[in-house]
Amino acid sequence: MKKRKLGLALSLVLAAGTLLGACGKTTDNNNATNKGTKNAKPSFTVGMVTDVGGIDDKSFNQSAWKGLQEFGADNNMQKGTKGFDYLQSQSDADYSTNLNTLSRQGFSLVYGIGFMMQQAVDDIAKQQTKTKFAIIDAEVKEPNVASVLFKENEGSFLAGVVAGMVTKTNKIGFIGGMESAVIERFEAGFRAGVQAANPKATVDVQYAASFTSAEKGQAIASKMYSSGEDVIFAAAGGTGTGMFKEARDRKAKDPSKDFWTIGVDSDQTAEGVVTAGGKQVNVVLTSSMKRVDNAVKDISTKAMKGNFPGGQTTTYGLAEDGVGLAPLNDGMPNKDAIQKAVSDWQDKIKSGSVKVPATRAELKTFSAK
Amino acid sequence: MSKRLRNILVPIIAILLGIIVGTIIMVASGYDAVAAYTALWNGAFGNIYYTGEVVRQVTPYILAGLAVAFAFRVGLFNIGVEGQFMVGWLASVWVGLAFHLPKFIHLPLAILASIIAGALWAFIPGLLKARFRIHEVIVTIMMNYVALYVTNYIIQHVITNNADRTPSIPDSASLRSPWLASITDFSRLHWGIVLAIICCFIMWFLLEKTTRGFELRAVGFNQHAAHYAGMSVNKNIILSMVISGAFAGLAGAMEGLGTFGYVATKAAFTGVGFNGIAVALLGANTALGVFFAALLFGALEVGALNMPLAAGVPNELVDIIIALIVFFVASSYLIRWFIERISKKGVK
Amino acid sequence: MEYVIEMLNIRKEFNGFVANDNITLQVKKGEIHALLGENGAGKSTLMNVLFGLYQPEQGEIRVKEKPVKISNPNIANDLGIGMVHQHFMLVDVFTVTENIILGKEITSAGRIDLKKAEREVREISERYGLAVDPKAKISDISVGMQQRVEILKTLYRGAEILIFDEPTAVLTPQEIKELIQIMKTLIKEGKSIILITHKLKEIMEVADRCTVIRKGQGIGTVNVSETNQNELASLMVGRQVVFKTEKIPSNPKEEVLKIENLVVKDSRGITAVNGLDLTVRAGEIVGIAGVDGNGQSEFIEAITGLRKSEHGSVKVRGKELLGLNPRKINESGVGHIPQDRHKHGLVLNYPIGENMVLQTYYKKPLSKNGILNFKEIYNKARKLISEFDVRTPSEFTLARALSGGNQQKAIIGREVDRNPDLLIAAQPTRGLDVGAIEFIHKRLIEQRDNGKAVLLVSFELDEIMNVSDRIAVIFEGRIVAVVDPKDTTEQELGLLMAGSSRKEAGESTHV
Repeated sequence: MKKRKLGLALSLVLAAGTLLGACGKTTDNNNATNKGTKNAKPSFTVGMVTDVGGIDDKSFNQSAWKGLQEFGADNNMQKGTKGFDYLQSQSDADYSTNLNTLSRQGFSLVYGIGFMMQQAVDDIAKQQTKTKFAIIDAEVKEPNVASVLFKENEGSFLAGVVAGMVTKTNKIGFIGGMESAVIERFEAGFRAGVQAANPKATVDVQYAASFTSAEKGQAIASKMYSSGEDVIFAAAGGTGTGMFKEARDRKAKDPSKDFWTIGVDSDQTAEGVVTAGGKQVNVVLTSSMKRVDNAVKDISTKAMKGNFPGGQTTTYGLAEDGVGLAPLNDGMPNKDAIQKAVSDWQDKIKSGSVKVPATRAELKTFSAK
Repeated sequence: MSKRLRNILVPIIAILLGIIVGTIIMVASGYDAVAAYTALWNGAFGNIYYTGEVVRQVTPYILAGLAVAFAFRVGLFNIGVEGQFMVGWLASVWVGLAFHLPKFIHLPLAILASIIAGALWAFIPGLLKARFRIHEVIVTIMMNYVALYVTNYIIQHVITNNADRTPSIPDSASLRSPWLASITDFSRLHWGIVLAIICCFIMWFLLEKTTRGFELRAVGFNQHAAHYAGMSVNKNIILSMVISGAFAGLAGAMEGLGTFGYVATKAAFTGVGFNGIAVALLGANTALGVFFAALLFGALEVGALNMPLAAGVPNELVDIIIALIVFFVASSYLIRWFIERISKKGVK
Repeated sequence: MEYVIEMLNIRKEFNGFVANDNITLQVKKGEIHALLGENGAGKSTLMNVLFGLYQPEQGEIRVKEKPVKISNPNIANDLGIGMVHQHFMLVDVFTVTENIILGKEITSAGRIDLKKAEREVREISERYGLAVDPKAKISDISVGMQQRVEILKTLYRGAEILIFDEPTAVLTPQEIKELIQIMKTLIKEGKSIILITHKLKEIMEVADRCTVIRKGQGIGTVNVSETNQNELASLMVGRQVVFKTEKIPSNPKEEVLKIENLVVKDSRGITAVNGLDLTVRAGEIVGIAGVDGNGQSEFIEAITGLRKSEHGSVKVRGKELLGLNPRKINESGVGHIPQDRHKHGLVLNYPIGENMVLQTYYKKPLSKNGILNFKEIYNKARKLISEFDVRTPSEFTLARALSGGNQQKAIIGREVDRNPDLLIAAQPTRGLDVGAIEFIHKRLIEQRDNGKAVLLVSFELDEIMNVSDRIAVIFEGRIVAVVDPKDTTEQELGLLMAGSSRKEAGESTHV
């Protein structure tokens, strides 16, 4: 009985195999021709692997894909295997498969977007030595891998300056996604900025233990606003959308009070639009931007021109236009003064006269001046 | 129509229906269906690397499926496979990192750690069910969250100093083998598949051939009759959860000692445990069924990754098509009913 | 003579299996017409054809002499045919009225007019002497009342011909009496009744004519006044049936079961068995007579280890059973034919063969070192199947697929085969036909003759009177009297079961 069933199942699989296999023949040929053309005319192609968020995550992956599209447009490339393309991962286990697929398809340069892909990039770079790789937010010491880091602390320092100058209650909130070196840079820079602009203000630091839980973000923001905090900065990916919602809800109910937010990674102004007291206002002060797009464009251009920074770590800060502050909200009080303060600090950081702390330990010894 | 013929026909019709409906959707939205399915097939079996990846992906699915199926056969719905999987993963890596031992001791020890961790994690809901009749679904769901945050905490604050992931385990605790990688062109295929197949056999043998299995199945079908016949219902409930958890924990070791070689903090569930539920149901809760259902899931999942690139089908559509195939296979009851009706008319 | 229903030469088959073959049933207006047959003879199929659930392959149905085609139950309803199902189709949380109007609601401006409906229900109830409270909730009324609600439902829908499917299977003796009265009232009011049953006594008592079917074939129709139980039984079974179970006088020996002051609570925590004392000796059958709900189930569950006892003592051959688990009790020489064979007696999804070893699978040679020996298991199963005449396609057939009688035979075979000192049989013949009942009674007596102690619990007084050597009457959790079946009557037992003392009962029956 049992044996028979096994036989059945096997024959089923085989049948399905031949069926699909028959369809498969044509593409094998296509692949061959693809390879042929590539060999005939080696051109520069670039691909990227996203994490589960995909290219419309309003954050990191989206920014990277924007950079890749702009690079493609600048160089007359088409989306697809002959120009630029991306693969989305459905789980952590897919990073490796996707990086491999892009490499095997013959992409000249393959990006792994996010520190979660560090191990996968490390492993595959050793196997696929002809492909160039780049990893965002992590370091991989292989000759064919360019590592890209950001000085998030510099961007969030400026956000901290804004927060410190806007707050009336001298109580400011910070929501972190999950504890990690990257988020610690956001936290340290932000707290340093607040301290520099308004030494009397305190920063309440909370971690949500998730980058995807809007409910948690909302719960934390609610508690913060209730305890008198009037500016919150969320460096927490999708968790931050909960903060925006809480701020909008409260603003709509109580238009006279302040419920400010600060966005992260890209310009999140659109998240803050709300109708309060009969007119449209925006609760987003500004966003601490991480210009992954600029970094992707930069590394791609270098690779195409033959000076790919393989084996090196490139750190993008304010000076390199890798981080920055989104345009300030027109609705904020003393906008001009704040704008001026931001510019001043920006100059000092760019010139190197102020070094923004990147960890909590460095924050302890930081003094603004 | 003979039962045997029907058993072959139903899954074939199911897969074909899934493909047909998927084709209609793709054509309607302007994509090349042939290219898409070709990409799906090639992404799973078109290249030895991908085949290796399919087998690698199938391995934890088999074990997670066995975990759900085993509890199900005893009448329990173990939603907690996800959590047991995570603690098993953590335990295997922890033991892998904590000791320096020769491989023939270190690897079995790390595997054993995952099994014990998963079993313990499932023991709690089993005990609560047996003693206080607290429904296992509620307890296991909660235990999943506990597992998620506890493992994150241990990774960040016990194993490492505030890092997102542990270092990689040494070779002495790894299931990977250079030989398996070399025959599959650097895929992450590892020896875990052998363990998974052995576990299929163990589940089948335990349930179908032993007195213990006789009791477990009897409890699953009819607790009252089992009690009447002198079997200890509570003992068998706890035992089934423990064995189920052991399979789930071992599935975790497949990721910890095989696929990844480390464990990272997670923002959300991995989904392996939940896919295990689908695998078990699709496989009719039998060992052999789970094996083939896992194969289908693994192949679809790995193959689908190739579809956006090779056929230009957007990810969302890929998800829909994969879901359709699974839907039709899972709703084979409907097809069975249909065949029965048609064949009945035939007799008339 | 006017026929209200004629089913002429009906033939119905399922995938080659002929369930009804050339059956003719003619029901006169104003009569109670019994449809008699063993379980599986084709009674239900025939009625489902009449009710429009099945289409016959051959034959004709006429209602009031007009040929009709009944393709669904709605048409049957419109023709005035109503069915009182064996398993009630009532919504527990609804009131009587709500259940009755379900699907035929009277509405005014979209709202259900409950007042009017209640009035109508009360009217019908009074006219036929049903005494149903239209406002009562189904979950609050007794099984007998629920059945009357089913009857009301068909009357409310204007039924002229009522089909009763095994109506007495779920009723107490008192309720059966009342039902018979109701049926007679219905006839008086001009209704006609088809009564499906395999209980000969009821037919003799209430029916005017009786159509017998056997193995799908129509055997014939007889006037009840011109026949007797024996003739009906042999028509139904196809051979002579022995009613009064033959048995030699009992020869009781030493005490096997001794119960003292047993107290058991039911699932709601209410004391169900309240200081029960009883002894059963080797070589005798003690029957427990009582109305359902006087602690019988809790009593049996307590001595077989399925339920915890509060206190007391249950000894089998001097060994205390209380506090032991079911396995230990099994091993102490107790066999148990459970009251609910589907709930306790069988794992329905196991093959019948594996059900045969449900308590013994762990013993050699059925298993060794924890590994089952299926060859031995099925050898044993085959032996028991042939010995106890269990009709099954094979020993691998799921227990679920067997008829009730054969399931019960399998359980009895299993329990007898374990050779217990004490065999407990709780309602062993519930829902079975004459042939199976005869077989089971013989087996119980055989056990007694082999020197075993047998404890029989039944709600059927006939069975208790027939099979027992002593009768213990249970009332409110206590044995209130122990009588010899030879010097008691059903009336006396009935009164004892209702709580009268022996003396009162004796007086009233002798008046």
